[in-house]
Amino acid sequence: MTNSIIEFKNLDFSYKQNQVVFNINAIIRENQVTAFIGPSGCGKSTILRCINRIHDLYDYPVYGGEILFHGEDILKEKDLITLRTRIGMVFQKPTAFPISIYENVAYGLRMKGIKDKKILDEKVELALRNSALWDFAKDKLKQLGTELSGGQQQRLCIARALAPEPEVILFDEPTSALDPVSTAQIENFIQTIKKKVTVVIVTHSMQQAARISDRTAFFLDGELLECDTTDNIFTNPQDQRTEDYISGRF
Amino acid sequence: MSSLHLRKLKSFIFLIFCLVSASIALFFLLFILYEVIKNGLQAFNIALFSEDFKPAFLGGGGLRHALVGQFLMTIVASIIGIPLGIAGGIYVAEYGKGTRTAKLLSNISDMAISVPSIIVGTFIFGLIVMPFHGFSGWAGTISLIILLLPIIIRSTEENINQVSPLLRETAYALGAPRYLVIKDVVLKSAKQGIITGVILAISRIAGETAPLLFTSANFSQLTFDMSNVIPSLTITIYDYTNLPDQVYLNLAWSGSLLVTIVILFINILARYIFTKK
Repeated sequence: MTNSIIEFKNLDFSYKQNQVVFNINAIIRENQVTAFIGPSGCGKSTILRCINRIHDLYDYPVYGGEILFHGEDILKEKDLITLRTRIGMVFQKPTAFPISIYENVAYGLRMKGIKDKKILDEKVELALRNSALWDFAKDKLKQLGTELSGGQQQRLCIARALAPEPEVILFDEPTSALDPVSTAQIENFIQTIKKKVTVVIVTHSMQQAARISDRTAFFLDGELLECDTTDNIFTNPQDQRTEDYISGRF
Repeated sequence: MSSLHLRKLKSFIFLIFCLVSASIALFFLLFILYEVIKNGLQAFNIALFSEDFKPAFLGGGGLRHALVGQFLMTIVASIIGIPLGIAGGIYVAEYGKGTRTAKLLSNISDMAISVPSIIVGTFIFGLIVMPFHGFSGWAGTISLIILLLPIIIRSTEENINQVSPLLRETAYALGAPRYLVIKDVVLKSAKQGIITGVILAISRIAGETAPLLFTSANFSQLTFDMSNVIPSLTITIYDYTNLPDQVYLNLAWSGSLLVTIVILFINILARYIFTKK
């Protein structure tokens, strides 16, 4: 069993006065894929967005409890820029920037302070190779990232998030806007990267959680009902409500 | 009559109504355009661009002085007004978003866009022309800037607000500081819309008469001195239509044609930039 990298301790979260997450206690293990599942509005994306403090862009977040990352509380972190270079994120919809494919992938690297053209070239190539986009894009690096198809853009976004070599990468329903072929490619890809990086993925598809995750956390109405190995959750859930959800009775 | 027939009939009547309305609007537009072109071509020659005002017995000259004056004021107003307006728009939509100052600025800009331009002219007359004892190109330019600013602030704000919040979040999630998110992602995404807004704002001030009437006044000779009265095409057109000689009337028509062509060209350019991928 691998070490824990992120630990939620009594985590609460409110949008101003409206509390939506209640007393979450859970562990995310290093180099594993952890899936957050649950019905819409159960708070799974909200919790994911606490991990890189992306909520802080707005004026509503009120946090309670702790999220320990290597033992340090993320919620007390002042340097969010560094935090976000260590914990990357891929969003629901493809979000290529209106700049070239190369610059898209290099963006996070530049944010990390890498300026050397040679190192940038190498890392961009590696990231594009890893996300199976290199063969397609190697002659089009100057083309706008926004001109790619949806599936390619999402792979570009993953390449961009992985290029700076974060320790954790958060996926917020990364395949919800994609066709089945692109979805399969991205699922395979997530399987291959977990050797290097810890993955947390929010998904509304239980099949997806079952296919790709090592551990699964089931949320309902802002509470964590169960967090265990994916096998246990899907074959031997402890809570009746988990069983109802995964067998489609919701 | 079945309900389907009734609906088809209603649809047909509405279609006819829309066609008639559009034709009425188009008729007057084309009529104006026809008149401007027909009359404007009479004095549309090289002298129009190469000569300044001359007495009627010498042929009346051309409109060079007025073209240069208008161009000068429009360009200077644009050089000062565009960066200020864009910066203001960025403040309203980004740095000041949600604050009272930003809301106030945005609302005032909205209001200022609909203020009749003659009021801006009168305001500058009281604020600058009176205390400094004289009409000047600078006073005219400042009027134009005041007209330009709110249009650019609002269009910049609106175009920035169109940028998907997800795109912004992505940039922050990669560890980008705020100013880089604005520079690399927000402005790049909103670029086309902002440029279009700027061009349309310029076309708006390029054809203005009222704000210049009490500020830069008019002058009959070529000058580049912005601290004195300076001629402009629109006021020259206005003045020439009040002169008794036919030559000046013809020049006024040619001037109108010129303004129409320039504004048409600017608008086509804006449309081209906006629709271009």
